[in-house]
Amino acid sequence: MFISPEKGLGSVSSYLTRRILYAFPILIGVNFITFVLFFVVNSPDDMARVHLGNRYVTEDSISNWKSERGYDKPLFIALDSAGKKVFTETIFFDKTVRLFTFDFGQSDSGRDISYDISERMWPSLLISLPVLCLGLLFTLSFALLIAFFRGTYIDSSAVILCVSMMSISGLFYIIGGQYLLSKLLQIVPISGFDDGIASIKFLILPILIGVVGGLGHGTRWYRTIFLEEIHRDYVRTARAKGLSEKGVLYQHVLRNALIPIVTGVVALLPSLFLGSLITEAFFGIPGLGSYTIDAIQSQDFAIVRAMVFLGSVLYILGLILTDVAYTLVDPRIRL
Amino acid sequence: MELVILKTDALFFILIASLLAYIFYASKKEHLARPWRTVLKKPMAASALTILAFYLMVAILDSIHFHPEIEGSSSDTLVYSSQVVSLLDEVLKPINKNTETTYSAPFAIYSYAKESRESETGQIIRDYPRLMHAGSHLSDTSEVRSDLIMRSLGALGYWVFAMAILCLILISLRVVKLKSMVSDWQNLGTFFRPSPAQAAAITFAVVCLLISLIATVGPYYHILGTDKVGNDVLFQGVKGIRTGLLIGTLTTLIMLPFAIVLGVAAGYFRGWVDDAIQYLYTTLSSIPGVLLIAAAALMLEVFMTNNAGDFESVTARADLRFLCLCLILGVTAWTGLCRYLRAETLKLKESNYIEASRAFGVLSWSTISQHVLPNLMHIVMISIVLDFSGLVLAEAALTYIDIGVDPSMESWGNMINGARLELAREPVVWWSLFTAFLFMFILVLAANVFADSVRDAFDPRIRELD
Amino acid sequence: MIMRSFRSLLAACLALLCACSDSGWNNPYPSTDDSENIFYGSFSERPKHLDPVSSYSENEAVFTGQIYEPVLQYHFFDRPYRLEPLTSETVPEPIYYDQDGSDLGSDPLAEDVHEVVYRIKIKPGILFQPHPCFTLDEKGNYLYHKLSTQEIESKTKLSDFSSTGTRELIAADYVYQIKRLMHPKLHSPIAGFMTKYIKDLGQFGNRLREASVESSRTLDLRAHEFLGAKIVDKYTYEIRLSKKYPQFKYWLAMSFFAPVPWEADAFFNQPGMKEHNLSLDWYPVGTGPYMLTENNPNRRMVLEKNPNYRGELFPGTDESDKESLMPYIDRAYYSLEKESIPGWTKFLQGYYDASGVVSDSFDQTIQFNTRGEASLTEEMKDKGINLVTAVRSSISYMGFNMVDPVVGGTSEQSLLLRRAISIAIDYEELISIFANGRGTAAQGPIPPGIFGYVEGENGINPYVYKWTGSQAKRQKLEVAKDLLFRAGYENGVNINTGEPLTLYFDTVSSGPGSKVMLNWYRKQFNKLGIDLVVRATDYNRFQEKVRKGTVQIFSWGWNADYPDPENFFFLLYGPNAKIVSQGENAVNYQNKEFDDLFVRMRSMANGSERQEVINRMLEIVRRDAPWVWGFHPTSYTLSHSWYGNAVPNLMARNTLKYKTIEVSRRSQKRNEWNRPIIWPLLAITSLIIFAFIPAWYVYIARERARLGE
Repeated sequence: MFISPEKGLGSVSSYLTRRILYAFPILIGVNFITFVLFFVVNSPDDMARVHLGNRYVTEDSISNWKSERGYDKPLFIALDSAGKKVFTETIFFDKTVRLFTFDFGQSDSGRDISYDISERMWPSLLISLPVLCLGLLFTLSFALLIAFFRGTYIDSSAVILCVSMMSISGLFYIIGGQYLLSKLLQIVPISGFDDGIASIKFLILPILIGVVGGLGHGTRWYRTIFLEEIHRDYVRTARAKGLSEKGVLYQHVLRNALIPIVTGVVALLPSLFLGSLITEAFFGIPGLGSYTIDAIQSQDFAIVRAMVFLGSVLYILGLILTDVAYTLVDPRIRL
Repeated sequence: MELVILKTDALFFILIASLLAYIFYASKKEHLARPWRTVLKKPMAASALTILAFYLMVAILDSIHFHPEIEGSSSDTLVYSSQVVSLLDEVLKPINKNTETTYSAPFAIYSYAKESRESETGQIIRDYPRLMHAGSHLSDTSEVRSDLIMRSLGALGYWVFAMAILCLILISLRVVKLKSMVSDWQNLGTFFRPSPAQAAAITFAVVCLLISLIATVGPYYHILGTDKVGNDVLFQGVKGIRTGLLIGTLTTLIMLPFAIVLGVAAGYFRGWVDDAIQYLYTTLSSIPGVLLIAAAALMLEVFMTNNAGDFESVTARADLRFLCLCLILGVTAWTGLCRYLRAETLKLKESNYIEASRAFGVLSWSTISQHVLPNLMHIVMISIVLDFSGLVLAEAALTYIDIGVDPSMESWGNMINGARLELAREPVVWWSLFTAFLFMFILVLAANVFADSVRDAFDPRIRELD
Repeated sequence: MIMRSFRSLLAACLALLCACSDSGWNNPYPSTDDSENIFYGSFSERPKHLDPVSSYSENEAVFTGQIYEPVLQYHFFDRPYRLEPLTSETVPEPIYYDQDGSDLGSDPLAEDVHEVVYRIKIKPGILFQPHPCFTLDEKGNYLYHKLSTQEIESKTKLSDFSSTGTRELIAADYVYQIKRLMHPKLHSPIAGFMTKYIKDLGQFGNRLREASVESSRTLDLRAHEFLGAKIVDKYTYEIRLSKKYPQFKYWLAMSFFAPVPWEADAFFNQPGMKEHNLSLDWYPVGTGPYMLTENNPNRRMVLEKNPNYRGELFPGTDESDKESLMPYIDRAYYSLEKESIPGWTKFLQGYYDASGVVSDSFDQTIQFNTRGEASLTEEMKDKGINLVTAVRSSISYMGFNMVDPVVGGTSEQSLLLRRAISIAIDYEELISIFANGRGTAAQGPIPPGIFGYVEGENGINPYVYKWTGSQAKRQKLEVAKDLLFRAGYENGVNINTGEPLTLYFDTVSSGPGSKVMLNWYRKQFNKLGIDLVVRATDYNRFQEKVRKGTVQIFSWGWNADYPDPENFFFLLYGPNAKIVSQGENAVNYQNKEFDDLFVRMRSMANGSERQEVINRMLEIVRRDAPWVWGFHPTSYTLSHSWYGNAVPNLMARNTLKYKTIEVSRRSQKRNEWNRPIIWPLLAITSLIIFAFIPAWYVYIARERARLGE
């Protein structure tokens, strides 16, 4: 079926506007759930106590703390107010409206959240982006190789290898890698970070471990997808036409497997920015990995809110990109 | 004994019952039975199934819980302990009860850590004390090796005996013919290319040999060492089977219906259905799973504090927390599969045969069940298997931030996470991590191999080729 | 393709590593810093507050201690801990006045005292660190105090303000900080506590709150009258207390009572500053030997020598020795190290100058000699590493909630139950397993090194221990079982009802260690046949339960604020009970006799009379056993041979100024210890490449066969 270029473009732009409009209810929903989850577990009093420390705290300072940060209002509905104020004089309204202008404001401990995020985003990206690219390169290559040798002993032993690599805990990769390369061979620093070009020597090890750790899972996943494509009719036709196996794999199988690959990769978009908790903790990378979980543990709701919001924005962006990518990969799909 | 049925036990037994019902149902229907027979035709799959069956057996044994009687009580009426133990605990009692003070290496008879104690001369010395329950029957410490060999030989003897009896029973029941058995094993070639039945038999025999070794050596040595507070690591590994199996199956059970129904509906019907479903899963998956799980764990905590009376025992509390974890993991996990299924359905819908069947006015429901669903089976199978191992591993990651399985519950995740500090020791304490890896690896590998065959058997295109 | 990319990656790595090979490849610091006089340390938790009014935890004191100078400090070497002047001329003596305002002498009865005055005279000529808040323009006005929002808009760091200034320290700065304790927006953790002692403090707080409600402008604390602290002259001020509180002098050595210049508040309170992360909480301003020049708690914190620092004599040296003026180290880098393994490895490689002992590498590091004394293993000695140990002034205990119907109360049954449990929980084993012997089992609330602690036979808790001639020995389990039987439980089963006894243990679960720890506790209770249900929860929930008194058994700890028994006994003082007054008595222990003795003991000077009272108090709490006394942890600190003056001082926070570094020795050792080994890498790479050769051949062969078909 043929789509004229103009029609295609038009549908893309109308699709995009539609999706961006859809983003609003999603973000409000996300924010609502975050509020419910957070406040079911922690009352504003709890939050105040955590922030004020635990020795010699009085009720007075707690109520002070709450009113300063606007946590003394009702959560969703202000029953004692009139008219519109029933909804606007609440914590939920107060905090949600500001998020949509990307004004994250200050954390409950008094830091500018946008500044902190922009500072900590880059170290995370410096690790996650190379890990993604190199990981994709290696897993796809290995998976193609295994797909080529499908049904042989190479295939089955590779599967066993993949499964055993999957079963090894990520912690072990990190600790083992640090032990081997930093302690025994003393080739790279075990942990730390620096600005600019000097950061490379700190990044080698986490990137290497990230790639190796994801190899088992990735290879196995892509192998299945490739095998799936190989069994399709068009591949047999292509092969019957005398196309070399390499040609089949590269031109047909890889191309057609792109949809699941793209879906998988785009789903990683938020985690690229938000970093990895364990890796960053072990390598002393000042990234965003621990930002959310630290905030949850120290009950800094302003940060939790901002990070969840940012995560969902990225996620929605990823979804839109996926759908756009679908049409590029497979023009039969209409938006 | 006073039987206790925990919530996860009940769910697990329901799961098994439905599995049995499905097997019974499938055996009556030819179109379902045929692919399953194809699955079992593969020796690897047969062998994997045998291993899975063993894991399942252990999990079942570990899911029958009861209050044991208190011994040595002076009162006349029977008194039950408030502790909950499982049948597996009773079976493994000789291994479980042998706790030491702290770490010891596999087969060691000395503790791993030095301890200060007073010597006869009244001086305080710090050295490696003898273990209380490993090789304590030996007076001469150099006899360990010979003792181990003797016990292993004993185990071998028991095994040969048991296998022989089993063969005799099978032959006398005419399940197996002696003549064909002999002729099958005559040439070496068949050993490397066994039939499915033979593969299963070999696997069965190997597992039995291991069990017999554990039964004879286990009570006298710590086969896989002990952990920080001196509990047997092998015991923990075996106990972890139930946790691992349940977290994989229960979570999948919870998420599958959501993922399939919603994913297919979104991809097939498009329009507002698609929008609504996308809204649902986008919203849910945008929220960091950590927040969701942490919140659920804390809510549960509050719930249990308010209803403290209902959760008297450690096990009941741990069990509810475990169930809650499965639920939450299920809620967070279905979105991923749902997205894949939606994407695949989108693609399938554009394919010629569905276009055709729609053109012929076939009802959506039957199009879906006849053309869409079978073509999605492989994605579902693969996700289940990958998620299964992923879930077992995710549990360890959650434990890292204290929101995983209850600390009082034995799980591989807890073991792996504890190993974080053990790996920094000199010499390294590797056995906890190794045990967790071993048990998990076997389970994940068996599940993978089995699922591969299932996929091959159910994939319509491949089936046509055969 | 794979091979090529792998090879190029490796080549890139090697090229990069060779580029920085003048120091070790694994050196986490720029090689140019090798010859600098820098101290390298680590921190595992980000400091939350650096404002002296709200900073309380120890990890914050690592920084604030070097920056802020209270009037007093602990003597670096003297034990028991002794206060000495830091910025003041002398250690102030309290002057006691009665109702009529007449002097009552040095040690009057607490009831007679109506007002206590501490008159403090500070040394002249002390300067604040360079800071933009002091900068004056040509006309003598503050350059950065009236900035427009546009001007602030471009500033995100303190270093964006180009010029700095300084000012002499005066008494008013100390008074200003005491006023800040009550600032309604600063939430000092000790504000509520101090209102009980400092005169007019509570009312002053109310006045400030009213003032802040009335006007939207930021408060200027200087304009508000306060009776509790008064400026006498430029260098002298007075603090007035409403009751006798001899321990107050210890507070004067804490950063809560350090000076803060009003200029700092005026500077940081300008609108827009807070929104740009510019606050006193982030950029401290002090008179101390160091100043914070980089504050990035996700990566590292950098302290640099304060150029305006007056220089302090090293303890024991005299005026003539001008060479030995402190501080010695130019800069201090503290890196964030969340996990223990990388931090420990870096210490062994020489990249950190000092470290604690990681529990899991303990046997590698420490050995015990025949007398049970800790010393380093040969491996550590060869590296020249030094070990210093000190019993910390803290206690880790297990508390019984005294309002709980089962374990609490004063009935004979519950008392015996508590004592039985006290014996059954083998803290010696806990110390051995979980702390590698780094601790002393406690005989009562007071740790060694604090006045009131008694060594030897007279100091043991006779309800749990027996004296065996040379040491205290825990009573046998049979004794505990017998006590339990007398309490009405036979092997953990209630004799009357036949119900098995189940107890609940509330705890904060944290980290991978907690599981084994909880199993260990359960094991201890199981020895008595008691089933222990662990209710692990997060810290908030736990605190809430303690606050409401719904816990049954829990474990907690206390770290001394100051070296005085009062700081430990007040954890058991009735009116401090959690459910009564939200105080620090978490077990809600109430005993009239004990409370009376506490009130007496609190205001007594150290001496045999005080010891007598303490002994009586100890006897009461040991008998009642509201706590299982737990243990006092010992701190083990390791340091490298180039790190000088590594004396343990657990009270003083400002110890960095005493430390020295022998830089040349450090570089030499670092080079010696860190030599990269590359051949295994090359071997693995070639192995991978060779592994692909057969695969390539198979591919070629297959293609040929297929084309041949």
